[in-house]
Amino acid sequence: MIKGKDTGSCKPPIRVLVGKVGLDGHDRGVKLVARALRDAGMEVIYTGLHQTPEQVVNTAIQEDVRAIGLSVHSGAHNYLLPRVLELLKEKGADDIVVFGGGVIPNEDVPQLITAGVRGLFPPGTPMKEIVEFVNSLEDDSRLSLSAGVG
Amino acid sequence: MQQARERKDRFVSLSGLPIASFYTKDDLKDWEPERDLGAPGEFPYTRGIHPTMYRGRLWTMRQFAGFGSASDTNTRFKYLLSQGQTGLSVAFDMPTLMGLDSDDPRARGEVGYCGVAISSLEDMERLFEDIPLDQVTTSMTINGPAAILFAMYLAVAERRGISVNQLGGTLQNDILKEYIAQKEWLFPPEPHLRLIVDTIAFSSEQVPKWHPISISGYHIREAGSSAVQELAFTLYNGLTYVEAAVKAGLEVDAFAPQLSFFFNAHNDFFEEIAKFRAARRLWAREMQKRYHPQNPRSLQLRCHAQTAGCSLTAQQPMNNVVRTTLQALAAVLGGTQSLHTNSMDETLALPTQEAVTLALRTQQIIAGESEITNTVDPLGGSFFLESLTTRMEEGAQEYFRKLDKMGGMLKAIEQGFPQREILNASMAYQQEVERKERVIIGVNENVEEDSQQIPILKITQEVERDQVSRLSDLRKRRDSKKVEASLHAIQKAASSSENMMPYLIDAVKANVTLGEICSVLQKVFGTYQEPVVL
Repeated sequence: MIKGKDTGSCKPPIRVLVGKVGLDGHDRGVKLVARALRDAGMEVIYTGLHQTPEQVVNTAIQEDVRAIGLSVHSGAHNYLLPRVLELLKEKGADDIVVFGGGVIPNEDVPQLITAGVRGLFPPGTPMKEIVEFVNSLEDDSRLSLSAGVG
Repeated sequence: MQQARERKDRFVSLSGLPIASFYTKDDLKDWEPERDLGAPGEFPYTRGIHPTMYRGRLWTMRQFAGFGSASDTNTRFKYLLSQGQTGLSVAFDMPTLMGLDSDDPRARGEVGYCGVAISSLEDMERLFEDIPLDQVTTSMTINGPAAILFAMYLAVAERRGISVNQLGGTLQNDILKEYIAQKEWLFPPEPHLRLIVDTIAFSSEQVPKWHPISISGYHIREAGSSAVQELAFTLYNGLTYVEAAVKAGLEVDAFAPQLSFFFNAHNDFFEEIAKFRAARRLWAREMQKRYHPQNPRSLQLRCHAQTAGCSLTAQQPMNNVVRTTLQALAAVLGGTQSLHTNSMDETLALPTQEAVTLALRTQQIIAGESEITNTVDPLGGSFFLESLTTRMEEGAQEYFRKLDKMGGMLKAIEQGFPQREILNASMAYQQEVERKERVIIGVNENVEEDSQQIPILKITQEVERDQVSRLSDLRKRRDSKKVEASLHAIQKAASSSENMMPYLIDAVKANVTLGEICSVLQKVFGTYQEPVVL
C-alpha cells in the first residue's frame, strides 16, 4: 500500500481508498483514477492488487477514509462489491461511500446501486467526472441516496 | 511556395511518433533493401518468416474462448471448429490463472466468469472431450501455473493414447509480462523462470511441435504502453528467457525454434504493420548477434496477434466490429501466423455465440474476399512504411540499451522501470482523449445519448456451485495416499534443480488439484509483492 497526496490546499484533503478487489490484475484504469484524485488534491491510499473484501474494509477503517473506489474487471463485481458493503455495515462503517468501475455491464448497475454502491464509472468515463463525484461527497449529508451513476 | 493549410499543427502516430505529410526516398537514406528488407522467408525476415506466406497457408484463425464449466467451453470449442475456426485457444477463469481451486475462499464470485474453471485433470478431460488433440493445435493462456495446466494437457493426451510428440499448441507461460503488465503471478521471478525453463527443456525433448512459451506484448499494450514499448519490452523479455535457458545448459538451437510471440493489433494502422515487421527484423538480428544459432528457425519470430481489447468501447458497441476489422487487417498485413479478432461485446463481458461468430467471419472475409493474401508483404518498399519500421526498431533498441544498463529485465522490474514507462504512456493517452486530441467515436465524438444495447453472455452462480461439488466429490473418491506421495515428490523436486514436469504430470494423474500443487510450490518458492508504481 502506498499513499500520495498533492499538497497546497488549506482544507484537509479528502481521504480516498482506491484499489483492486478480487483476483484480476487489470490496474491501468485504477491507477489513472488514483493519479487523477491525487492530482485533484485528495489523499489517496492505493491498496495494490488482489485485495479481498475483508482487506479492503479493514484498510478503509484503519485509514479513516471518506470513500472507497474499487475496480473489478473479472466479472465478479456482483459478489465483491456487495460483499464490501456488507462488511462495512457489519463493522458499523457504512458511512464510507463505495464507488466502482471496470467492466460492469449496464444491466448489473441497478442491483449494485440497490446494494448501496453510490457511483459506477464505466470505461470511457472522463477522469474529472470521478473527481467531481468524490469532491461532492464532502458536503454530502451522508444519508442522501443521490448516486452519481455514470 | 505557400504551405497548404492542414487540419492540425502536428500529426503524430498513436504512440506519439511525429508523422510527415509524405515520404520520399530521402527518408530511406540509410535503408538498404538487401540488408533491411530481404526476401520473404529469408534473414532478417522483415517480409515474413515463410517464403510464400498466405499464398502457402492462411494464418490460423484462433478465437480465445472459455467460460463457465469445462462442458460449457467444450460446447463452444466444438461450435467454433464447426464454423471454420482452425485452432483452439483456452481462456481460463481468474482463480485458475492464480493457481486457486474453484472451492478456495479467494475464488468466491469469480468461478467461470472470465474464463473456464479448471481445477483437476477431470476438468481438463471434460474440456477437450471428443476433440482430436492430435489434429487441432491448442493455445492456452496461462502463466503463473502454466506448467501444471501443461501437465494436465499432456496427461489428457496420454490417457487417450495420443503420443505427446504429436501435440501442437502454445503455452503462454510468460511471467515477465505479468510482473510488468497483467499482474498475475504466484511466486517470485526466479522460481517462475526456473519453471519456464523446465517447460522449455521438457518440450524441446518430448513435445517438439509445442511452443512452450508465447512471449507477449499484448498485455503490455493493453496496460497502456506505446507500440514501441510493446515491441521493446516483449523482445527484451524474449532475450531474457533465451538467456535463462542457455544458462541452464540448453543449446540455443534445441529450443529457440519453439519460441513464439504474441502482439497486440491496435488502432494506428501503419504503425501496427511496422511494429510486426520491425519485431521480426529486430529479433533475427539480436538472436544472431547474441547467440549465433546455426538453425535459421532459431532466428524467426513466429507470432499470434489479437486485436486491441482496450480499444473497444461500451458506447455504441457495434462500432467495435469496424475497429476490429481494421486492426485485423493490420495484423495480416504485418504477417501474423495466427489471429484472434475481438467480439463487439468483449468490453462488457465474454462474447456471446453470435458475437464471436461475427468476429470469426471478419477474419474469414479478410482471408477469402479481400485478396490481400495474394502477395507477400504487399506494403514492403513503401517510403512511409519502411521509414516507420526503422523508427520502431530504433526506438526498441534504445530501450534495449537502457535495460542492458540496468542489468537486465528482472532488475528493471524491481525498480519499476517498465511499469512506470507504461503508466506514463497510459496517462498521456488518457489526457489526449480527454482533450479530444484523440478521437474515439461514440466516446468523445459522435456521442449518442442512448447508446445501443446488445445482448451479453451471463454466467450463472450455478457454475461455481457445481464446480465446488464436483471437487468435493473428487477429493472423496481419489486415493489420498497417492495424493500425499505426489505432493511430497513435488516439494522435493522443487527444492532441487530437477525438471519439475514429470512430477507435475504424475501428480495431476493422481488427481491432485491445481490449488494443492500451487500451495506446495508456494511453500518452497515463496510469494511475491510487487513494487507499487503510481
